[in-house]
Amino acid sequence: MPRRDDLKKILIIGSGPIVIGQACEFDYSGTQACKALRECGYEVVLVNSNPATIMTDPNTADSTYIEPIHWQYVAKIIENERPDAILPTLGGQTGLNTGMELFRRGILEKYNCEMIGARADVIEKAEDRQLFKEAMQKIGLDVCRSRIVNSMEEARDVLKEIGLPIIIRASFTLGGMGGGIAYNREEFEEKVRKGIELSPINEVLLEESIIGWKEYEMEVMRDKADNVVIICSIENLDPMGVHTGDSITVAPAQTLTDREYQRMRDATIAVMREIGVETGGSNVQFAIHPQTGRMVVVEMNPRVSRSSALASKATGFPIAKIAAKLAVGFTLDEIPNDITRETLACFEPTIDYVVTKVPRWTFEKFPEADPELTVQMKSVGETMAIGRTFKESLQKALRGLEIGHFGLGGGKKDLWESDHRPTIEEIEGKLATPNDMRIFYLRYAMKAGLSNSEIHDLTKIDPWFLENIRDIVRMEDRLRCHERLDEVSDQLLREVKRYGFSDKQIGDWLDISDMEVRRERKRRGILPTFKQVDTCAAEFEAYTPYYYSTYESEDEAPGPRTDGRQRVIILGGGPNRIGQGIEFDYCCCQASFALRELGIESVMVNSNPETVSTDYDTSDLLFFEPLTTEDVLNICDRLQPDGVIVQFGGQTPLNLARGLEQAGVKIIGTSPSMIDAAEDREIFKGILDKLGLHQPPNGMATDAARAVQIASEIGYPVLVRPSFVLGGRAMQICYDERMVREYMTEAVNVSPDRPVLIDKFLEDAVEVDVDAISDGETTLVGGVMEHIEEAGVHSGDSACVLPPYSLPDAIVDEIKTATYALAKELQVRGLMNIQFAVKHQGGEPVVYVLEVNPRASRTSPFVSKATNVPLPKLAAKIMVGKTLKELNFTKEVVPPYVSVKESVFPFTRFAGVDIILGPEMKSTGEVMGIDSTFPAAYARSQLGAGNKLPSSGAVFISLAGRHKEHIISSARRLIDMGFKILATSGTSRVLREAGIEVETVRKLQEGRPNLLDYMANNQVQLVFNTPSGKGARSDEGRIRAAAVMNGIPCVTTLPGCIAVVQALESIQESPEPSVTSLQQWIAQLPASEA
Amino acid sequence: MSQEAKSSACLALADGSVFFGSAFGASGEVTGEVVFNTSMTGYGEILTDPSYCGQIVTMTYPLIGNYGINFEDVESKGPRLRAFVVRELCRAPSNFRSELSLDDYLRKAGIIGLEGIDTRSLVRRLRSQGAVTGVLSTIDLDPQSLIAKAQAAPSIVGQDLVQEVMPAASFSWTEKLGNFATLAPQDSQPTRYHVVAIDYGMKWNILRHLTQVGCRVTVVPGTSTAAEILALQPDGVFLSNGPGDPEPLTYAIRTIRELLGKLPIFGICLGHQLLGLAAGARTYKLKFGHRGANQPVMNLRNSKVEITSQNHGFAIDALTLPANIEVTHRNLNDQTIEGMRLTDQPAFSVQYHPEAAAGPHDSAYLFEEFCSLMDLSAGKSKA
Repeated sequence: MPRRDDLKKILIIGSGPIVIGQACEFDYSGTQACKALRECGYEVVLVNSNPATIMTDPNTADSTYIEPIHWQYVAKIIENERPDAILPTLGGQTGLNTGMELFRRGILEKYNCEMIGARADVIEKAEDRQLFKEAMQKIGLDVCRSRIVNSMEEARDVLKEIGLPIIIRASFTLGGMGGGIAYNREEFEEKVRKGIELSPINEVLLEESIIGWKEYEMEVMRDKADNVVIICSIENLDPMGVHTGDSITVAPAQTLTDREYQRMRDATIAVMREIGVETGGSNVQFAIHPQTGRMVVVEMNPRVSRSSALASKATGFPIAKIAAKLAVGFTLDEIPNDITRETLACFEPTIDYVVTKVPRWTFEKFPEADPELTVQMKSVGETMAIGRTFKESLQKALRGLEIGHFGLGGGKKDLWESDHRPTIEEIEGKLATPNDMRIFYLRYAMKAGLSNSEIHDLTKIDPWFLENIRDIVRMEDRLRCHERLDEVSDQLLREVKRYGFSDKQIGDWLDISDMEVRRERKRRGILPTFKQVDTCAAEFEAYTPYYYSTYESEDEAPGPRTDGRQRVIILGGGPNRIGQGIEFDYCCCQASFALRELGIESVMVNSNPETVSTDYDTSDLLFFEPLTTEDVLNICDRLQPDGVIVQFGGQTPLNLARGLEQAGVKIIGTSPSMIDAAEDREIFKGILDKLGLHQPPNGMATDAARAVQIASEIGYPVLVRPSFVLGGRAMQICYDERMVREYMTEAVNVSPDRPVLIDKFLEDAVEVDVDAISDGETTLVGGVMEHIEEAGVHSGDSACVLPPYSLPDAIVDEIKTATYALAKELQVRGLMNIQFAVKHQGGEPVVYVLEVNPRASRTSPFVSKATNVPLPKLAAKIMVGKTLKELNFTKEVVPPYVSVKESVFPFTRFAGVDIILGPEMKSTGEVMGIDSTFPAAYARSQLGAGNKLPSSGAVFISLAGRHKEHIISSARRLIDMGFKILATSGTSRVLREAGIEVETVRKLQEGRPNLLDYMANNQVQLVFNTPSGKGARSDEGRIRAAAVMNGIPCVTTLPGCIAVVQALESIQESPEPSVTSLQQWIAQLPASEA
Repeated sequence: MSQEAKSSACLALADGSVFFGSAFGASGEVTGEVVFNTSMTGYGEILTDPSYCGQIVTMTYPLIGNYGINFEDVESKGPRLRAFVVRELCRAPSNFRSELSLDDYLRKAGIIGLEGIDTRSLVRRLRSQGAVTGVLSTIDLDPQSLIAKAQAAPSIVGQDLVQEVMPAASFSWTEKLGNFATLAPQDSQPTRYHVVAIDYGMKWNILRHLTQVGCRVTVVPGTSTAAEILALQPDGVFLSNGPGDPEPLTYAIRTIRELLGKLPIFGICLGHQLLGLAAGARTYKLKFGHRGANQPVMNLRNSKVEITSQNHGFAIDALTLPANIEVTHRNLNDQTIEGMRLTDQPAFSVQYHPEAAAGPHDSAYLFEEFCSLMDLSAGKSKA
């Protein structure tokens, strides 16, 4: 069956901002779909509010709407664009839910828009737990005993029937939100209530506990001719009870016989057919009882998912791309397998290696959050590693996590070798309750003498995994029988490397550096080989150059180029984390595209399976490897590149730059020494002095006494932080000496080579971000972004506006002039990001330089979208020798419209965590709003971020002392718009004095009804609450946490409150949503030479 | 390299390549055709598939032995292959049905195992130059000596391996499909047919399937004559899989030729090739064969794709088909013939393994089709 000719234009819904449970995997799937459909000749319309994605690049789709993914906006897009079909199965749960909403509201019918990929009734059947259960029973498949409830009363009845422990799952929520396990009645009451609240249809499923069962996933595809193929099986190391997104998972399944595997395959196909997913990819989860083999179907996703992205990277089979083609009528046997060329997509990949995925968590960002892993996902990213054995791939994955572990043991993070060696009780505790560090505790348990069966009893982890991990520990012990490397035989060293041990681990144990191990290893000829990922275990020749390293005898990667063509390696960003995510993947991909345009061979190195950069189509060569000095040098040894780019992948590659350069690798772009200069306090101070630029008064301390001394010299409040961090890790504002002392003694590990930086904190200053590009001769400013939140809120967490909405031109010019000077001084070749603060002193604005980063920034994709200047692409070309003039980019672009970037936070995931913004970055993603005025663009960004701004109702205002005066005019405007104002006594007084009508609401300790009751009763639609700075945080914190849990937008900064009032006015002025494509905005730009 | 110093086994190929690794299972020295299987599960079934007689089998999936061996899942009385090569052997298996480790199983069965070599490199060699003769030894670790032995060994082409693996005498089969073979326990059909299965080295799961669909099965040795078979008065004849080159099996071809037209015939793998030869087609040796559980086959009658289990080194030559053969199935990877039927006689066959074990169950419908053919031929209508 060929492609459908009755369709001409197709709308793809993206997944919006990166949140926990929905990350760049949907940029990967959406980008693939856009490419695939356009290749087939369809016109593609795309909606996604996330500017950091590759898919929202103006040339990925024909029309790109960076608009809120809300049914009303998408309805408007459908009205304007009149697509023949909508494809909702590639944008995660957001895409699917939005598609369903459009269907339920009759929008699709009204505009005669067909839902392709999966029909509405199919999605319903797969997503609705009761319908799904009935469908499974109909085809004779076993499911857990369960009941659906809509009230606490019903829930209590069901509890009597099923018993504890019991699983709670809220319907139609992301990534298992509103779910959990209850072991006692109290937990049961709490979790069910929360689940009912969070579910958009107030529905919760209560389920028989299958905690501890073996857990599997099957990735499956079906075409309209009913051909069904399994792409990949995945086995979870962490058994049932931990969300699969939080589990260490392995492909393919390891501990099933063929009969058991084929039974699961049959069940998967039966599920596909019964649910009726006509075309595309789905994922079916199973649990198998470890002693009886009883198999139950857990759930199915009738769409591509995080696991399908993993399966695509694990096998080389591009699920999303094929899914898009199947949706428009192709059958599997009509689509070629890109990798082998001679075979077709209609087959089941077979692999000859083991893939291990390890999640990455960021509990260190949310110290109040509970690090126990449950059925609700908490990780923010993941890394994947490929090895010839599980042992090798696990150790590669652990070093790919970039959390300071270079494998299962060894190094500074190894508690076994430290003063904090865990006791047997601690070990048993960590094993029994799943947590982010459990994999390392498995080793401690073995070192402490626990047997596999004891560990299995505590963890329910399959003995096969435990035995393999024990093999790793045994090999460690064998190595450590030796005191020195020269005592270690070639045979043993080679075996150690085959078990995935890093040079760093070996060096740590033998008291030498990783580089010494590397030298000796190379001298003995113990070198890694690179093997191809080819979908077919070498049965056919493969053409797609996608490699991983292992210690074998034959190397399949190309050697040094001999034809004179240049070859450049781009280092990616590794697993997503807060502070380093999709923005950097965007930059890496753009760099690769730029090199390709110049005819230079591009080589990508990355370990993040969610990304577009690890799509085998993105670069000429792809190395799926951990981003460590050892792994990157091995690739350089093999490929002999002409240069390595470290500017685009965030902090990860920058951390490697010095080591690579010392090993003789040529780093292109701004030199590592200049990158260091910008980070080095003393050198940087010298540069600023030379250029006559201001910096907040500051100092550096390695002990508490010195820190207090500096703070009192420069005056409180002060901003304290460790040197060399990204994303504001461990940054804090201290208002007095007590806080400084506390920080120095408790919060950070201070040592002479790791000093703490102390800056004067500029209160109430406006922060400004600048992205610039320089070729060494010319420097151009890509964008000046004015932050809405005041300085002190991490730049990654504040909203920003391009062009600036309140700064005088003279100040913008001063900022640009400073930018040119800094670029010149630092000899920037490529991108540079500078953070400025503008503070009024004695009535005059003064510009301060806060930070300079001579590399791609988190805002690079936002600026590129806002100005239509592809900054990362231009930067990559500069690094290989082009000038801005040659690239025809000689004029800065200031758009005649306003773009706002707003951040998105994971607070709903971490119950009870205070949501105030500070110097520590907490957001996971971002959205963009574009409009002709600031208030309208800001309103759009708020909707995109999921902040439901009300059009009527009550606004609760409770501001810190010094903020109260400044809210008066905004409060008056709220009254003019018809809002009612509620406030606590202090704020009430100030507003009443200004003649504003206010209803006073009790504070929490003032009796009831208090504010929490108002919120619970739906009597508050918006909360303005700024932290008072010192003390009294608990009451405020509870108010803010309650707002989050009740889904009430809560603004915690004064400038944010003022901006929201403007946005509310803009919404009142034009309540009807309007939409404009990025391409239409771009057309308004002055004719640019770029 | 120092690798050799600690090695306890060596595999040498006739092309001069040598792989040092560690021995497991039995020790000794064997010669065979070196082939690879790409199935990620099912090593127990593969080991006991008699079609591997005469071959040294390497698994492309690197971790083998993970779930041990259980005797519910085996496909014959014991391994008939020459040797087994893996990247990493699992010595501590984990599965609720596991009865013993792969290492113990092979030791007891007298089969030599080799682990620790770069199996992918071996596979790539086989892929580019075709299946090749090799010698695996735990007693002679001298590469030159082993290469010489491999070069001196006879090719698998032209050898009759069937007589090594077929049963000595007839027997009847009653076991049906076991646990885990189907999604839910299925009511098996009442016994309605008597089928004679000619055993050239048959996999037991074929017999389980025939029994499941309602056949009373008498298994006879591959050398049985048509007269002997007709004397059993069957409703149909089944031609089994088996090892090696079909062309030297002239006795089998003669038997089939004599049975053609007299009884419904269904053949699998070697049985398919023999049916082709009996009908007048020729066979040829594939470069490196099809061995795995992911081979896509197009059913030409309904244009649907089946993912199939395969194990064959020879195939029917499409250019030699007589007019009365209709090709019913084709391999999507290389367009080779995967299934055929005779247009003038009640006989059909497939090159792949609808009984799976190891592999997907997509093609189990063929056993039902055999029943329909017997119904049709007997003038009976299916109940």
